[in-house]
Amino acid sequence: MSKQLVSMTVNGKKVEKAVEPRTLLIHFLREEMNLTGAHIGCETSHCGACTVDVDGKSIKSCTHLAIQCDGSDVLTVEGLANKGTLHALQEAFYQEHGLQCGFCTPGMLMRAYRFLQDTPDPTEDQIRMGMSGNLCRCTGYQNIIKAVQSAAKKLRAQAEESVAA
Amino acid sequence: MNAPITESQISERQEALQGMGESRLRKEDARFVQGKGNYVDDIKLPGMLHMDIVRAPVAHARIKKINKEAALAIPGVYAVLTADDLKPLKLHWMPTLAGDVQAVLADEKVHFQMQEVAVVIADDRYIAADAVEAVTVEYEELPAVVDPFKALEAGAPVLREDLAGKSEGAHGKRYHHNHIFTWDAGDKEKTDKAFASAQVTVKQDMFYPRVHPCPLETCGCVASFDPIRGELTTYMTSQAPHVVRTVVSLLSGIPESKVRIISPDIGGGFGNKVGVYPGYVCAIVASIVLGRPVKWIEDRIENISSTAFARDYHMAGELAATQDGKITGLRVNVIADHGAFDSCADPTKFPAGMFHIVSGSYDIPAAYCRVDGVYTNKAPGGVAYRCSFRVTEAVYLIERMVDVLAQKLNIDKAEIRRKNFIRKEQFPYTSPFGFEYDSGDYHTALDKVLKAVDYEGLRKEQAATRANPNSPTLMGIGLVSFTEVVGAGPSKMCDILGVGMFDSCEIRVHPTGSAIARMGTINQGQGHQTTYAQIIATELGLPSEVIQVEEGDTSTAPYGLGTYGSRSTPVAGAAVALASRKIHAKAKKIAAHLLEVSDNDLEWEIDRFKLKGDDAKFKTMKDIAWAAYHQPPAGMEPGLEAVHYYDPPNFTYPFGVYLCVVDIDKATGETKIRRFYALDDCGTRINPMIIEGQIHGGLTEGYAVAMAQQLTFDAQGNIQGNTLMDYFLPTAVEAPKWETDFTVTPSPHHPIGAKGVAESPHVGSIPTFTSAVVDAFAHLGVTHMNMPHTAYRVWQQLQESGVTA
Amino acid sequence: MIPPSFGYSAPRTLPEALQLMVLHGDEAKIIAGGHSLLPMMKLRFAEPAHLIDINKIPELKGIREENGLIKIGAMTTENELIDSELLQQKVPLLPEVARLIADPQVRNRGTIGGDIAHGDPGNDHPAIAIALDAAFILTGPKGQRSVAAANFFLGTYMTDMQSDEILTSIHVKPFSSKTGSAYCKLKRKTGDFATAGSAVVLEMSGGFVTSARIALTNVAPTALEAKTAAAALVGNILTESTIKAAVDAVTTICDPAEDLRGDIEYKTAMAGEMTKRAIRIAASRCK
Repeated sequence: MSKQLVSMTVNGKKVEKAVEPRTLLIHFLREEMNLTGAHIGCETSHCGACTVDVDGKSIKSCTHLAIQCDGSDVLTVEGLANKGTLHALQEAFYQEHGLQCGFCTPGMLMRAYRFLQDTPDPTEDQIRMGMSGNLCRCTGYQNIIKAVQSAAKKLRAQAEESVAA
Repeated sequence: MNAPITESQISERQEALQGMGESRLRKEDARFVQGKGNYVDDIKLPGMLHMDIVRAPVAHARIKKINKEAALAIPGVYAVLTADDLKPLKLHWMPTLAGDVQAVLADEKVHFQMQEVAVVIADDRYIAADAVEAVTVEYEELPAVVDPFKALEAGAPVLREDLAGKSEGAHGKRYHHNHIFTWDAGDKEKTDKAFASAQVTVKQDMFYPRVHPCPLETCGCVASFDPIRGELTTYMTSQAPHVVRTVVSLLSGIPESKVRIISPDIGGGFGNKVGVYPGYVCAIVASIVLGRPVKWIEDRIENISSTAFARDYHMAGELAATQDGKITGLRVNVIADHGAFDSCADPTKFPAGMFHIVSGSYDIPAAYCRVDGVYTNKAPGGVAYRCSFRVTEAVYLIERMVDVLAQKLNIDKAEIRRKNFIRKEQFPYTSPFGFEYDSGDYHTALDKVLKAVDYEGLRKEQAATRANPNSPTLMGIGLVSFTEVVGAGPSKMCDILGVGMFDSCEIRVHPTGSAIARMGTINQGQGHQTTYAQIIATELGLPSEVIQVEEGDTSTAPYGLGTYGSRSTPVAGAAVALASRKIHAKAKKIAAHLLEVSDNDLEWEIDRFKLKGDDAKFKTMKDIAWAAYHQPPAGMEPGLEAVHYYDPPNFTYPFGVYLCVVDIDKATGETKIRRFYALDDCGTRINPMIIEGQIHGGLTEGYAVAMAQQLTFDAQGNIQGNTLMDYFLPTAVEAPKWETDFTVTPSPHHPIGAKGVAESPHVGSIPTFTSAVVDAFAHLGVTHMNMPHTAYRVWQQLQESGVTA
Repeated sequence: MIPPSFGYSAPRTLPEALQLMVLHGDEAKIIAGGHSLLPMMKLRFAEPAHLIDINKIPELKGIREENGLIKIGAMTTENELIDSELLQQKVPLLPEVARLIADPQVRNRGTIGGDIAHGDPGNDHPAIAIALDAAFILTGPKGQRSVAAANFFLGTYMTDMQSDEILTSIHVKPFSSKTGSAYCKLKRKTGDFATAGSAVVLEMSGGFVTSARIALTNVAPTALEAKTAAAALVGNILTESTIKAAVDAVTTICDPAEDLRGDIEYKTAMAGEMTKRAIRIAASRCK
């Protein structure tokens, strides 16, 4: 089928490309944009390794067409750090040993990022439910939960500081 | 003389090293948390093409015709290859790691559903997918064989026509056209006598279902043949790149010096990425034929359906014992369903792997086991998924049998173990199967766990729950005390395709005091970049932070057999220590030379050689590194590096005790894991944080296997449950919370006393879950329930046992 | 993993969408959240030549109270159902069921309309809609019509929706203060389809059940209304025996397919057990 033009913002940069309607967002990001952080772990929308943030929502980019992102604002793991300073979540995953092979990690980070925006002071059960769309085979989740808790605490403190300031 | 060195100065220097024993954070994390890992599918080479695979929809059939024209007509399609195209290269079949042959592309016959029938190569993966759909194949279906017992019946269909008339296989006589091998170990006569004269015998059949490791990253490669240089480079999801290089060289005829296999970052292995898959071979052939790089990445359904599965062991266990519970004999017979080709990744001499560790942690005087391998119309494999070469099956068998015996004799399950344990004083202990267990202290481990969970209190609570007809749940307590065998292995016993299972390390210290080290292993998340650096840091007194560890590139790393079966620390880790000690010895001479003293006047303290009795006169390893490059003593070569190839004298024998408490919903059959306490002893612990993380992961895998994973087949050989919709991978919601503990019983034969870790939580947890679920029904006379313990299957047992909510 | 080629339109108004449906006829499929359709296309079980994306049509969104009815736009996502304060107060069964569907990411795209229109007996909203006595508003080129949820589901992947219609809105009555509801869903893991699910809406007064509706998920080719079971409760106090009567009536009408979740006996028994639990919880929520 003939390509259609799609225009979106990816990690703050405006992007305009011609895509086939069937091009999945995950392939658009990995192949067209060379953003290979988001990964493919299945084809039935279960594993969540492809999770990115689209218009302020966690989306499985394997089940989303690039063309559906026309006019959208997309954030991937490559856009999490701020000019070389790691995001609190990235730092927390490192500190709490929340990763082993690293394959699920970008999806986990992007999901946790949005989850903590929506639920800044979560209970453990809420974290487990909130991350239930992301599979991991290496960690058993226990340290991922600790990482999210640790990041939540830091982000709340940062938020309080900036309110006070 | 200066003031004597203080404790805090010592510990500061220790801290600065971040060496062995420290839970230091991982050096590899920076790239992973920023999405800058380098996995095979991330690799893009100029001119790269994509390969996809046409697969058989049926399990057993003759191929009548393959129609390529429609696919070739699609713009952007370069080639469609079938077995006929591989025949002139003699690559349509390839040897397996188990002494069998495997079809690369189905050659006139399909042997399992989803078998590779043809490959298409196209400009991109989208066109390749269209091309796959456009290839049409005409099949003539044949009756499928999915039951290994039926496969051995007299009139069973012949699966392997290519083996017609071959009554000798790689492992001896074949008794039937679908029989692969018979392998046995132990003393049959002595064991039969023990059973004949036993006061008590128990027997239990049990099935260890077919499951699949399902790492989050599927298998794949980028094969790149450079026609000008005649060099083949292949990026591959491989847990054993050097072995692959040797195999590829043998198969392709390209000299090994012109073959380069690179295992980059790997998204989980768990034994799924050890073998050479048809996809790799076809991608390599395609690259050679087309002179361009070819990428092949399988999808999840392909991964689950066609790559190395695990288990599928039908086991019959028997124990002979005295009336008061002392085991006098063990007898095991196994029918092993290997699928259509025997491609098990086992050391050559062991077609049933290390199954003969099946006498476990117990001092059993007479034992015998026999395994018969069988062909069926299923995907090939069998050894995978953190099994340590069939140790999962063996530990499952013995731990179940001990519970069965305990129930028969009405002896507490902890007590019977204590009674039969190999005692600490008996190590090194030779098992009835000839394994020499290096060290162990099972009693201490058991006592520690029972105390931590208040075992007596739990049994009291269970008794009260059983006595209460209104209790909505059944309570079960599962207990396992396992010994596993890892660290394959001594090359006189262990080889892969004739290459001994040693491993290696090469270390080079730079003039400014940092270092680079390469090993023959390749991690897939185990943290080698950190843990190996920690070993070197302690041995050489250089901070682990500045020790660069590389693995996986066969052009730079010394030859090794790869990472699986928890072998990296026991084998390559030893090589790391011994290579370090070679450098250490040379460094000492340089230090003596610099300080103008004799070697004997020096002692080593954390990061320096110092004059005995004079803290002020010392040379740090950093000083020595600088000196090595321009001031070595006369007659000594400049530089500071060493290589060591380590052939282990023995396996290692990690052990552990796991306890699990479950509550089973009487109405639905759902099992809640209330508590899981896991004590592991892996000898010396290099990085406790990394150990604990892997234990969590292994326990979570074990939970999934025991409670819900299974790959089944219908009578026509159609595989069922091969997507993530049905194949159970727990989310953070299902994953239980794990409590971990440890003891340290070093291995006396290992340079740093380490045994290797993290197959153990998978090996040990699975029988613990079964033990717990069965224990919940034990008062109703249930002695065993086969896995998986899904709510549905447990509910069926509830009905059978007459339990109502 | 890769869908076949297709054409794509993203209309911005309902009339535009309906025109496109007429234009493309059988060759086109509507894509709502896409989390049922796209996976099927990636596995090449469905190969529509054209997709009509209705995500950009504003009038399909929104939840409002109007003329004594709660009107829910068909393109309301599961997460929007969960977050809706109006629903939490007036139709709490909907946020409750939405939480039990799929996972957080999928809930950002999956819609109540898509879940209903697909006709999949494994989906949860059909039974909920029946239990709520919801009305589905279908819009076609000739205008709108209303179909009661109980009459909408005809068979597996078969509904009363015609090929030139779009499900545009779901209408439910707000709960009275005497209403309690519950959805009990037995599943193998979070996000799975139901092994068996039971939705119960009760009204109680002075300890007596004054009205009841019960509907079941995934134990028949469509969601099932358990009329006899509900009738067994009405006019009675909830006792062990009245609940048992309802549960027995439920198990009589079950007609599940045997699959990896369980055999017929298990699924039927679980439909009964989920009904028992849902009745108890719903009753406890009646004020």
